[in-house]
Amino acid sequence: MPISTFPARFEFLDEIRNFVAKVAHEGGFTEKAIYSLQLAADEAASNIIEHAYQGVANASLQITCDMQDDELIITMRDTGKPFDPSNVKQPNLKADLSKRQIGGLGVYLMRKLMDEVRYESNAKTGNLLTMTKRKG
Amino acid sequence: MEITGQEFKHCDLFKVQGRVDSATAPEFSKVLEKANTDGHFKLIVDMSELEYMSSAGFRALLAAQRNCKRLNRGELVLVSVPERIREALELAGFTELFKIFNDPLEAVGSF
Repeated sequence: MPISTFPARFEFLDEIRNFVAKVAHEGGFTEKAIYSLQLAADEAASNIIEHAYQGVANASLQITCDMQDDELIITMRDTGKPFDPSNVKQPNLKADLSKRQIGGLGVYLMRKLMDEVRYESNAKTGNLLTMTKRKG
Repeated sequence: MEITGQEFKHCDLFKVQGRVDSATAPEFSKVLEKANTDGHFKLIVDMSELEYMSSAGFRALLAAQRNCKRLNRGELVLVSVPERIREALELAGFTELFKIFNDPLEAVGSF
């Protein structure tokens, strides 16, 4: 199973997106789906870097990306503060410009782009985010 | 990410190329803020050569649009938005907040 550890820094988002795109491409996903998978992985990793680690130095993020039957499963493991995406309030997408919220958008996109987003936090092993997308 | 600016009589055009994510969005914001600081509030963002934009980029656009539209002094419009990016903007409900043109000159002419 493709597994890779990245420094938990925004400069590595490019590599994280490439890592996911490679597996998705080999798994036969369409270009449109690959873009969605890259965006979801980016939003998830960005949230971990920003909210779970909050600038902690030398932090890392372990990512697996694997095809199982017709599903692509991305997992991200971190040892930062628990950050449960399901606790993030859905932004009001109908609000006018002045009331439009800045936060919550990344989590909203993750949920829309993936078929399933699951989160577990464990005091011993850290936080585990699992995102699944079916092909076609 | 690379940004090149071009001043027109009534507006400024910024062509953003490459990828805008959490790493590069602060620089993108800075360019748009600088235009506002210089008193320019009619801005065009040309996305024809933009490959990728995450919600970090969307937030930069939202903040700039708020600042441009304040006191009716201007507006930020988008040009040549690639299909994938347009789909993501739509998903985020952002296409209602920005006029989108297909051609830079059409956008320049709108101001």
